[in-house]
Amino acid sequence: MSQALRGIIKSARVLLRYKSFTLGFVILLLMLALSVYAIVCHPYDKTIKIWYDYKAWEDYPKLARPAWIKFFTGVNELEGTITLSSRAISSGFVKIRTPIAYGGEVRGVYIILEAAFKYDYDTLPSQIVRWLYINSSKPVYVTITWVKPEGTNINISKLMLNQGEYYADLSVEGLSFVHEYTQYIVSKFGVTPKYELNGIIVLMGREDASILSKSTVKPSKGVYKIIARAETADLNADVDIKINIYGTLYGIAGTDEYRRDLFIAIAWGAPLALSFGLVASVLTTLVQMLIAAVSAWYGGIADNFIQRLNEVFMVVPFLPIVALISLFYRLTIWSLLAVVVALGIWGGSVKTFRAMFLQIKEMPYVEAAKAYGSGDLRIVVLYMIPRVIPTIIPTIVISIPSYVFLEAALALLGLSDPTAITWGKVLEEAYSGAAMYKGYYHWILAPSIMLFLISIAFALIGYTLDRVFNPRLKEM
Amino acid sequence: MTSKRLLKFIGIRTASVAISIVIAILFTIVVANLGGKVDEIVKAEVEFYVWDSVNRNPALRFLSQEEREKLAKEMIENILRARGLDKPFPIRVFIYLKDALTLNLGMSMHLTSNTGSRQIRLIIAERLPPTILLFTTVNLLIFFIELFMGLYLSRRYGSLLDKVVISLAPLSSMPGWFYGIFMILVFAAWLKLLPWGGMVDAPPPEDSLMYALSVLKHMILPILSWLLAYLPIGIYNTRTFFLLFSTEEHVEYARVRGVPSRIIERRYILRPTLPPIITNFVLILISSWMGAIITETVFNWPGLGRLLYAAINPANPDPPVVIGVTTIYAYLLGVSVIALDIAYALIDPRIRVEGLGG
Repeated sequence: MSQALRGIIKSARVLLRYKSFTLGFVILLLMLALSVYAIVCHPYDKTIKIWYDYKAWEDYPKLARPAWIKFFTGVNELEGTITLSSRAISSGFVKIRTPIAYGGEVRGVYIILEAAFKYDYDTLPSQIVRWLYINSSKPVYVTITWVKPEGTNINISKLMLNQGEYYADLSVEGLSFVHEYTQYIVSKFGVTPKYELNGIIVLMGREDASILSKSTVKPSKGVYKIIARAETADLNADVDIKINIYGTLYGIAGTDEYRRDLFIAIAWGAPLALSFGLVASVLTTLVQMLIAAVSAWYGGIADNFIQRLNEVFMVVPFLPIVALISLFYRLTIWSLLAVVVALGIWGGSVKTFRAMFLQIKEMPYVEAAKAYGSGDLRIVVLYMIPRVIPTIIPTIVISIPSYVFLEAALALLGLSDPTAITWGKVLEEAYSGAAMYKGYYHWILAPSIMLFLISIAFALIGYTLDRVFNPRLKEM
Repeated sequence: MTSKRLLKFIGIRTASVAISIVIAILFTIVVANLGGKVDEIVKAEVEFYVWDSVNRNPALRFLSQEEREKLAKEMIENILRARGLDKPFPIRVFIYLKDALTLNLGMSMHLTSNTGSRQIRLIIAERLPPTILLFTTVNLLIFFIELFMGLYLSRRYGSLLDKVVISLAPLSSMPGWFYGIFMILVFAAWLKLLPWGGMVDAPPPEDSLMYALSVLKHMILPILSWLLAYLPIGIYNTRTFFLLFSTEEHVEYARVRGVPSRIIERRYILRPTLPPIITNFVLILISSWMGAIITETVFNWPGLGRLLYAAINPANPDPPVVIGVTTIYAYLLGVSVIALDIAYALIDPRIRVEGLGG
């Protein structure tokens, strides 16, 4: 046992002398760390449940870039979201209720919600959204005033609402307060802005000549105030408000179009890619060897049958057939693995292995095994296959990335497992979200860089192993 | 005597390849029809269509409910019989197989050619040329660069260039389409030098020379990404192959005799190694004519790969198209395998003997 350990340590020392191996090994360790992080911090059942639940991601900015880029651009941008909520305990709105009395009788209730936030970033936020939660048996009249640091009051909503939840995106063009504000700007500066103002610019833009052109508009830095007033005849009525000012940066990997934190997908992609690639590669090679060994050992009809079967599957186009099968049976990632192995074992490798086994079959030690009466199965599994394994370990390692990319390719075809969050799936969503054309590069680059890293890691390790274990060329 | 043996060899080879093709197409048909489920969908569509037309036809309004039902059922039966859908699936499989083998590829379910035809034959004929154009160019480039670089590096084994090229081999662990994404990001999105994808500019140029130039411009990025993905490993393998081969005894002997290295290369290394290299190349070339599904999708290239992409679209699959493409591909592959076998049986006596033995 200790001898085996010593052997492992010795060969590890030899391998670590190669820079390429060390580099690949470090990347692989990082991937493993990421996998552990994903499994521990984002338990699978919980993560997959919230991943497709848009409500869970309500407070995340849409298409935010990774936060660390501000160290390179030097621009101070809002990271994450400023959430002002009257339901939250710590931050947000202060609620004051006053009964309305006339004629000596309480006839209704007057609710004032007030909040303030500081904004001293260099760029405008990406989106401003407000929710109103009305809990009342009678209609409620709500007005919301937005006070900019300059002191300008903007009436953003005047609404008569019944019981329910109301959502409004305040960042778009064409809202009534946007029109009013545009008139105000025209009267203040005597010039009409050369572009159509939108909600974000109206609510957050600095009120000087810079607002007149889209290229110069800057956010107004300082303390903003939001005052919501609600009036209703229902004495027990309650009104809650939430306002989200979404930033343009988020976390390590940014967010996607559905506001989801891409880092969770990136982290979860690691264990899936590692296990899928490793299992697919090892299984494929082992089954290939078994088939080739059986073919070479038994010869005759078995050999002929396997050779013909191999030819048949070489004609069948791999990707379309895998795609059709996973399309009709809605495969999970693990049944997909089975299909990939079943169809992927055929091809040139079986022929190569068969040639190797034909040579081994004639070796003296196999003759000896036959002479003392070992069974066929024993010779194939215990004597012939182990003989080949050391020489093919590099090949197994080198071919792992191709299976990771196969999963990614199937995901790009829209055939991925709906219950798995893989890098290929993120890439597919980025593609169908036209991320490349619209310039959301982080969305494409995040999964791509991970795919790149994992394949480079396995390739570096594989080629080094090949050089160390199969030194065919060293003799020259 | 020899020609008789040769004929026997060709006969056996052709028969075994033919059987392989038949079984492969049969397998594709069964998978593509999901054991008959696709036919159920077609049947339901026919029923819906017939009922709809019977109920809407004003000329049939005077008929009673029972009469209309009877008429609809008759119509459905006729259509199903005309399409061969009245027979059970195991029998239909063989009808499909016969159709496929006689290259009677039939109609697609919804995909059409640019002229609006749903004949699979026409759709494939329209999509094949762009695929052949792109991937033959790519593969020829890879083949020749690989061959010359491999030879060159095997001559300069251990030089700096050799070491650099060898250390690039891990780049080939990623597929061509993956590099395609980066290529588009850099050259189309960032530098705005080359087109995002497609085959020609949006209004195709009238002048045929300009048209060719426009196609060439659109081919640069896909070709570059494939070269990046498949050249490093190709050069590595060819170089190692030549290196190993140049240690064979007859090569060493020629070197000892003082034969110039140029002649050694041509006569002692290339001549005996070229047949397997060319076989390999031909097989790769033909399988590339299936189109690369993801590469063509990434580059929006209007070839067979994109057709297959549309045919396996989860929302709206088109199995007959997949069967059609597979059939054409199986035939192409089968014919070229036989042709190569015959060619080598004629040239190389070793293969001839071996082929008869196996």
